[in-house]
Amino acid sequence: MAKSQVSMTVNGKKVEQLVEPRTLLIHFLREQLMLTGQHIGCDTSHCGACTVDLDGKSVKSCTIFAVQANGAEIRTIEGMANSDGTLHALQEGFREMHGLQCGFCTPGMIMRAYRLLQENPSPSEEEIRFGISGNLCRCTGYQNIVKAIQFAAAKLKGVPYQEAAE
Amino acid sequence: MIPGAFAYHRPSSIEEAVRLLSKLGEDARVIAGGHSLIPMMKLRLASPTNLIDLGNIANLKGIREDGAEIVIGATTTQHEMIRSDLLARKIPILRETSLLIADPQVRYVGTLGGNIANGDPGNDMPAVMICLGATYEAKGKNERRMAAREFYQGAYFTALEPGEIVTAIRIPVPSAGHGYAYEKLKRKVGDYATAAAAVVLTISGGRVTSCSIGLTNVAETPLWAEEAAKIVTGSTLDAATVKKAVASAEAVTSPASDGRGPAQYRTKMAGVMLARALARARERAGA
Repeated sequence: MAKSQVSMTVNGKKVEQLVEPRTLLIHFLREQLMLTGQHIGCDTSHCGACTVDLDGKSVKSCTIFAVQANGAEIRTIEGMANSDGTLHALQEGFREMHGLQCGFCTPGMIMRAYRLLQENPSPSEEEIRFGISGNLCRCTGYQNIVKAIQFAAAKLKGVPYQEAAE
Repeated sequence: MIPGAFAYHRPSSIEEAVRLLSKLGEDARVIAGGHSLIPMMKLRLASPTNLIDLGNIANLKGIREDGAEIVIGATTTQHEMIRSDLLARKIPILRETSLLIADPQVRYVGTLGGNIANGDPGNDMPAVMICLGATYEAKGKNERRMAAREFYQGAYFTALEPGEIVTAIRIPVPSAGHGYAYEKLKRKVGDYATAAAAVVLTISGGRVTSCSIGLTNVAETPLWAEEAAKIVTGSTLDAATVKKAVASAEAVTSPASDGRGPAQYRTKMAGVMLARALARARERAGA
């Protein structure tokens, strides 16, 4: 099958490549652009490990073809750290709050949490849990992931993080 | 999992999409959000040789008022429906239902047109559209409108003809102060309904003056529980009437036994969802 030319902006960089139409976005990112941060978990659009930010939406990149993302602006975990090399508030939050154990779901969690905080900078605990309901974690029980996102929300607003009383 | 090979087309107008679909024939499929089709393609349950992407057709998107109706473009996403102030004011059951579909990522991409046109009995919007008395606009050789209540013929079989594309969904705006509820039982976030019920009703002087009921995933098609709605109309929604309506709704179901439970259980759950939806719709209705 003839390849198609796609161009998109990934983590601020313009990329142009030839892809087979059937190439899924996650395969394009991981195997052609060598951006292996987003993971393939379930491969059936359930687990959210492959979540990327695409034109202001959180999207499961295992369930969209690269050709559909032609012209899009995409962000992956590789594009999250600040330009001076310091961690993004969400990355810092996951580290500080022990928001990961094996770490497999983390890049997807962070990309989803990024869009959640863009849309709602002060989410309640319930809103965070609802907002990340498309991302599965089999290690943490989610408690510390929620705290990590609360930590990041506070930091992005410039207020001290206060852990809710148990 | 890698789908079979296909040629990709990205038309910029509906006319061009229709032309492509008629030219490329039966092995061509249209794709909108792709969250029903791509998983099928990955499992090789669908192997279209041509994909016609509707994502670049601007006038298939959007939500607008047209007289006494709201018109929603087929490629409008669930996320866009959730964020629509117009829908929140006029037809809030659409927001409530959208929030119960899949998960946030899927809702950013999944479209109303895909949800209603695919014919999957597990999809939530068909029963809601049947409840609301919606009409689907389609374009092929000609343009035509089809009532949602006559659209669904079997699992994945609809009144849509080969070569036709659903372009918009027209919904009569329910009267101001109507009560509504979509009650969905599911095993986990992202799951299809074990059973679900959509109710829209109006109440005046404590009595139900109109009622419509749709049921999800308890038959090969979404169901319009017309008899059950007739039973509650005129009543005060007293316990005896609700019980009769629930029995009537249960009687029209014919669910499959599957991972969501045996058929008998799913029929009972349809009844439970209906009773809950009636109660919540009543609470929300202006007197």
